Amino acid sequence: MKSRKLTGEMPRKNPLSFQLNLSKFEMASADEKSQQIRERESVTFFRDGMRRFRKNKVALVSAILVVFIVLVAVFVPMFYPYSYDQQLSNLGAGQSRDKSAINLAPFEYSDSEQERIDNGEFVFPHILGTDKDSYDYFIRVVYGTRISLAVGFFASIVVLIIGVLYGSISGYFGGKVDLVMMRIVDIIYSLPDMLMIILFSVLLNETIGPLIEGTFLDELGTGMISIFAVFALLYWVSMARLIRGQILTIKQQEFILTAKALGASPARIIRKHLLPNCLSVIVISTALQIPNAIFTESYLSYLGLGVSIPMPSLGSLASSTKSCVWNPDQIYLFLVPAFVICVIVLSLNLVGDGLRDAFDPKQKK
Amino acid sequence: MDKKFLYYLIKRVLLAFLTVFLVITITFFFMHAIPGDPFMSEKEVPPQVKEALLEKYGLDKPLWEQYITYLGNALRFDFGVSMRMDGREVMDVILEGFASSATIGFIAAGVALLFGMIFGSIAALHHNKFIDRLIMVVSTAFVAMPSFIVGTLLLWIFCVELRVFPANGREAGGLVLPIVALALYPMAYTIRLTRSSMLDVLGQDYIRTARAKGVAPSKVLFKHALKNAVTPVVTYAGPMIAFILTGSLVVERIFTVPGLGDHFVTSINDRDYTMIMGTTIFLAIIIVVMMLISDILYKLLDPRVDFS
Repeated sequence: MKSRKLTGEMPRKNPLSFQLNLSKFEMASADEKSQQIRERESVTFFRDGMRRFRKNKVALVSAILVVFIVLVAVFVPMFYPYSYDQQLSNLGAGQSRDKSAINLAPFEYSDSEQERIDNGEFVFPHILGTDKDSYDYFIRVVYGTRISLAVGFFASIVVLIIGVLYGSISGYFGGKVDLVMMRIVDIIYSLPDMLMIILFSVLLNETIGPLIEGTFLDELGTGMISIFAVFALLYWVSMARLIRGQILTIKQQEFILTAKALGASPARIIRKHLLPNCLSVIVISTALQIPNAIFTESYLSYLGLGVSIPMPSLGSLASSTKSCVWNPDQIYLFLVPAFVICVIVLSLNLVGDGLRDAFDPKQKK
Repeated sequence: MDKKFLYYLIKRVLLAFLTVFLVITITFFFMHAIPGDPFMSEKEVPPQVKEALLEKYGLDKPLWEQYITYLGNALRFDFGVSMRMDGREVMDVILEGFASSATIGFIAAGVALLFGMIFGSIAALHHNKFIDRLIMVVSTAFVAMPSFIVGTLLLWIFCVELRVFPANGREAGGLVLPIVALALYPMAYTIRLTRSSMLDVLGQDYIRTARAKGVAPSKVLFKHALKNAVTPVVTYAGPMIAFILTGSLVVERIFTVPGLGDHFVTSINDRDYTMIMGTTIFLAIIIVVMMLISDILYKLLDPRVDFS
């Protein structure tokens, strides 16, 4: 068989056979063969998506904004002359406290700083003034951004991994597996989450507080750790439910039946056929998970259970300055962190939307 | 179908009971795992008095015995008296707080669903036109604002600067701002959800067929498209109401609404065991019922989804 193909010689047909008469076929010429060669490199799914993402101006600007905020949050604290936990009223050992450093307006100097300026020294201005504990407010906002971004990012990764795995398995296998898995989800979902978070925080505070003393976890604070614990244990369920709902609908379509008939394994069907079709849902809800995390964090801070003092987060900054609404002169202390939260969340949402538009095969035009 | 559906219904209701039972169990043992007891902050209590107090509330008995006793009482709807609030009945305190929480919660949920679906459909119908862009910009902005910030901003603008509404939720008109603050996020979310699922549905073949047959545009929208586009919104409605009810804590605090939220935190900080259990069970029941309704509606709306 092989040798015949190579020589171009056709097998002779048995006159009684119903098989095709191969001698009636012609070999393709070199010219015809060359037509089958693709001249352009094939465009991968990812590259195609990125091309469309770059065309989306809003998403692109948002992505640049996110990158900018991340860079500022990471690098500015390294070079800034004040640190987030440096009380400016504290002039060092043996000296009396400089009360004038409290509640400075933007670009105002305390008495001791004014003295140094009069002596010809350069004092870096307080861009946003200082707060009631005489911390430089600008660096606290920048540092708080860093903390909030970290919470949002890592919490969403946790939710994404657990939720997608769980939801797709449950949705795909259906039946008893689905029943048991979804009852677990229902139970977790039904736990009043805020109560659970508060319970967790108090419980972790009292039990693991002494255990982690002195390690880097201690610096994060038990409030922070319990946020992650809560996300890992509770918040993945909405993602899992969403994915399962999508998969329930998609798996009844013909192409899944085809894949099954062709002998594809469940893991392959989930990975290659079901999940890509849920991509828009996954992307949207992951993008929305970050505001969720930032929201939860501000919630906890509001109740005094968030990051431990003096570490700031955007939520704790906004909550500690919320009484400024009654004092129009200082309202900016609340508006700045609140604005940063909104900008971060907004631009992340827009990036998420842009990614969805670019990578969802169903919306391809 | 009817028999199968009834079977599904019974199964779901039974599972709802199981869920509530498990919530009670988890919270009970969780709560007791937190060090301390309801009487720890009392100043310089003589040991005898403390022992007497613990004995009075049955806290000196082994944990499993307390658990069995509590379950027995809960089955008879006896949630006991608060250990910290001068011995008031737990149920009285909860119902009192729930009256306010439910008022703003359900109005906010209704507003969010109604306007969310209307604006979502409008946006989808005018895909990529100006009105679509406008709705999306506004809803995207609202999704980016936690109710914590929305509440404080509303307080600042309408109570401090413009003096239109009272800042205290107990006064007349004082519930308007908390409702707005609670509804904005779920409304924006519903808009996005409705729009994206509406766009999905409108792109499908049967809609094109209906249009080609010459069915009136309004009929295509309401009869053919909306029914299918609404399913994701229905799945979201249950969790949304739960989110609003448990999430109203912050908004209630900002606007001093005497709601359920406050009891949550104070009872845990006080280790007021009966109050913790009471609020948890109460909210868990509401959430489970909402989930049940949303699941059943989902099933009714989309018969293709096989739950059995």
